[in-house]
Amino acid sequence: MTLHQLFASLEATPVGTAIRESTWLFPTIETTHVFAITLVLGSILIVDLRLLNLASRNRSVTELTREVLPFTWGAFALAAVTGGLLFTSSALKYSQNLQFKTKMLLLIIAGANMLVFQLYTYRTVASWDRSAPPTGARVAGALSLALWFGVMSLGRWIGFTT
Amino acid sequence: MQAFCEWLSNTPLSMAIQNAFWVIPTVQTVHIASIAVVMSSIIMVDLRLLGMAGRSQPVSAVITRYLPWVWVAVLVLLCSGALLIVGEPARELLSEVFWLKMILLVCALALTAGIQRGLRGGGGFWEQRRLIAGLLAVVSLGVWIAILAAGRWIAYVEHG
Repeated sequence: MTLHQLFASLEATPVGTAIRESTWLFPTIETTHVFAITLVLGSILIVDLRLLNLASRNRSVTELTREVLPFTWGAFALAAVTGGLLFTSSALKYSQNLQFKTKMLLLIIAGANMLVFQLYTYRTVASWDRSAPPTGARVAGALSLALWFGVMSLGRWIGFTT
Repeated sequence: MQAFCEWLSNTPLSMAIQNAFWVIPTVQTVHIASIAVVMSSIIMVDLRLLGMAGRSQPVSAVITRYLPWVWVAVLVLLCSGALLIVGEPARELLSEVFWLKMILLVCALALTAGIQRGLRGGGGFWEQRRLIAGLLAVVSLGVWIAILAAGRWIAYVEHG
């Protein structure tokens, strides 16, 4: 099965058809998606600003991340599910959309950035938990900020191009 | 209002926005980024008021950390929102959902100011008023989410 066929059959599923044909399903799922992404973006911003030593400087990094990241993950799960549903409604159209494809690419890079940070930089957190983070952590924070803002911008642009 | 929309859409600024295809999506992007700041900050404050998150810190510390960001972001939202209105006056000003959103916004701002004012009563003000703090938090969360939803639905509800 080619990707094209996969997307075509995805569109033809009862779920895809229902979202495409209903007047209220798409806006309702989209509203939930927007709610979720504002929480993803905003909660990541809180952590990134701490990594950049620009806010929450008096707080322990481990304590702050323990407090904030569960929101990020919960909201991300909601964004992924609602985003998947929106995609299903017009899978072929979205899969050929430049903004959509770039958005997916940035998502992957954002994930890789987070993974590198977790596996390498964050290991030494004990030595900078209550002080200014090292260069590696600052770079991760700045990259994360730029990437997630990019993801959000491209998401908005999809609505103007399809 | 119809006449006002007509007039506004013929002003040079509105014409400029209408003729540059990238302005509306770009301003909307700034608008949504600011909503991200507001929603996340509000959730942090409201869940702390409810005692459901961030309990390693006193309520006053959470309010001092996050609410100033809400006011700055609201300022950006008012400016970007105003630009969106100038660019597409009829889309907003003739929409009932838009006016509902504005009424809810006034409520949300009043609630936020109320939560912040509690700090004047000293550090433990909200800790000593658990019930009213919880109520304020629930209403505040509901109203902000309704504002976000109304904003998105402006694009879908036909104006009457």
